[in-house]
Amino acid sequence: MNRLIIWYGELLTQKKLIKRGALFLTPGMLWLMIFLVLPGLILILVSFAGRGAYGELVWDFGLANYKRLAGYGIFGWTADYIVILLRSVWVAFVTTGLAVVLSYPLCFFIARKPERSRYMWLMMVIIPFWTNMVIRTYSWFLILAPELPFAKLAACFKIISPGMGLYPSAFAVYLGMISMFLPFVALPLFSSVERMDWTLVEAAQDLYSSNIRIFMHAILPQTLPGLSVGVILTFVPAMGMFVVPDLLGGAKYMLVGNLIQQQFGASRDWAFGAAISMGLMVLTMFSLYLYRRKNKGMDLL
Amino acid sequence: MITDNKGLSLQGINKTYGKVNAVKDVTLDINSGEFFTLLGPSGCGKTTLLRMIAGLELQDSGSVILEGQDITRLPAIKRQINTVFQSYALFPHLNIFENIAFGLRSRKVPEKEVQTRVQEALDMLELGTMPNRYPHQLSGGQNQRVALARALVNEPKVLLLDEPMSALDAKLRAQVQVELRRLQQKLGHTFILVTHDQDEALVVSDRIAVMKDGQIIQFGTPEEVYDLPKNRFIAQFLGAANLLAGRFHDGMFHTDIGPLELEGPPPWERGVIAIRPEWIKLSDTKPEKNGIKAKVSEIIYRGTNLDIWFEPGAIRVRSSTYKNFKIGDELWLDLAAEELVVLNE
Repeated sequence: MNRLIIWYGELLTQKKLIKRGALFLTPGMLWLMIFLVLPGLILILVSFAGRGAYGELVWDFGLANYKRLAGYGIFGWTADYIVILLRSVWVAFVTTGLAVVLSYPLCFFIARKPERSRYMWLMMVIIPFWTNMVIRTYSWFLILAPELPFAKLAACFKIISPGMGLYPSAFAVYLGMISMFLPFVALPLFSSVERMDWTLVEAAQDLYSSNIRIFMHAILPQTLPGLSVGVILTFVPAMGMFVVPDLLGGAKYMLVGNLIQQQFGASRDWAFGAAISMGLMVLTMFSLYLYRRKNKGMDLL
Repeated sequence: MITDNKGLSLQGINKTYGKVNAVKDVTLDINSGEFFTLLGPSGCGKTTLLRMIAGLELQDSGSVILEGQDITRLPAIKRQINTVFQSYALFPHLNIFENIAFGLRSRKVPEKEVQTRVQEALDMLELGTMPNRYPHQLSGGQNQRVALARALVNEPKVLLLDEPMSALDAKLRAQVQVELRRLQQKLGHTFILVTHDQDEALVVSDRIAVMKDGQIIQFGTPEEVYDLPKNRFIAQFLGAANLLAGRFHDGMFHTDIGPLELEGPPPWERGVIAIRPEWIKLSDTKPEKNGIKAKVSEIIYRGTNLDIWFEPGAIRVRSSTYKNFKIGDELWLDLAAEELVVLNE
């Protein structure tokens, strides 16, 4: 325990080093405990409670909330909540997928620019971040409004009936979600694309590869670290997103985020809200687990 | 234009990057089954030329003709030419077997044939024990052999090697050069090597093209290029050379260290001649012709020989006899007329 060690040029004993490490770690640990672990535990606790007549918590521990989430209500079984949960997974999945598909060409385009203009292009990707999320979502209202060419064009092709806007609709939700999350995929991906070794692409071409093979063997393995960060940064928040679907999706395209917000807000059923949150968390972790397992062969996550 | 050359023909190749003329009007005929080397200092355009042969770069003008067929407009994936890259460019996520099989799999060669051909390639390059390892687990020399196997397994009509030995240490490099030469002679494929290492070029090549500033300035067998360098650049770039400047008049070449007799009159009046350090003989007595009396100024021991520097004129002599030379010794240098190379500039 009192072994001498040299730590970055300083002579210390092991004991001293551990003490010092603990000193530096404590604030961060405390922070996490108070603001993440503790609320998490409370949430779990609350999810087993019930709702009183005035929306207060009633501490009668049971699985009622989870049963309700699974669809067993007073009027028999409904798929409503499960549909919302699955729809959330689906929307997050599609959003992430499309953001990835759009990010690759974008990143290649920017990476091929000379260094000076490269940062200008990156700024263009980052600038939307500076605007409030709600304002950004509202701006889609204007773009998709019935008076504007996009809606008129869509009406022309009989996609929507004349005089209607392009929102609220599933399409508008995806549009909003992708525009929201594109930078989250594009920026980490760019850091990988920028450092890519293009000779591997040339080697693949030299070895008669089709474009798909070039992507799978020369581009994807090299950009996977950035891509993974982007995918997780997008998928996890997209699962719980409620502003965009609330504004652009209307009541018909409710996602789990809206549902939770509703329980903690208008419905004043904190216990059920907590149970849905737990469901969402489990689902997110399960998805990430699947993603990790799928990527294990790549040896990178 | 189509030639009847069975190998590879380059005709009037030009390439510019912005304002830089990387390759200027290069015309070359490379025979089938030949070990050909593009030799030159870095930035001379040799790699650009190689990349244009591979189809990884498109020339501004000129054509590439392989076995009488114009492949100028064919992209890399359609050319039966494979490359060993300088960094080897092995796929890090694939094991050695899959790396070597990559080109065969791209072309959807039947699995059975893939197995046998990859196994052959593994055996040929003595990689038989490590098909399941990954590139990061192998040494530089092994990775280089994998890169070679990965290209050769496709049976290319031309194999391009882009400074494949620059990452190896000197001893291994010397060994690999000999192995590469043997391999090429055994297979009889056309190899085109790009290098800046003149020793490497001399060891492996059937013919050498020396490049400078995007142009080929001399072209010939290693002996031709070494023994009869065309100009000052080649004389100094390939091996070592003593350069003597002077004027030719009255049948003699007059230099700072004395008049020398040449085999014939040079095409200029004022110019430079070269003589390799190992071609100068040392003697205690005055030679019949072209003897220069000089003083030893520096002795460098190099194991297989001595490099002795003489004053005046900073003449370097490479001697394999180990006499007890001392600094200050006076000796006769025998600069025989047949060893003096007239440079044309």
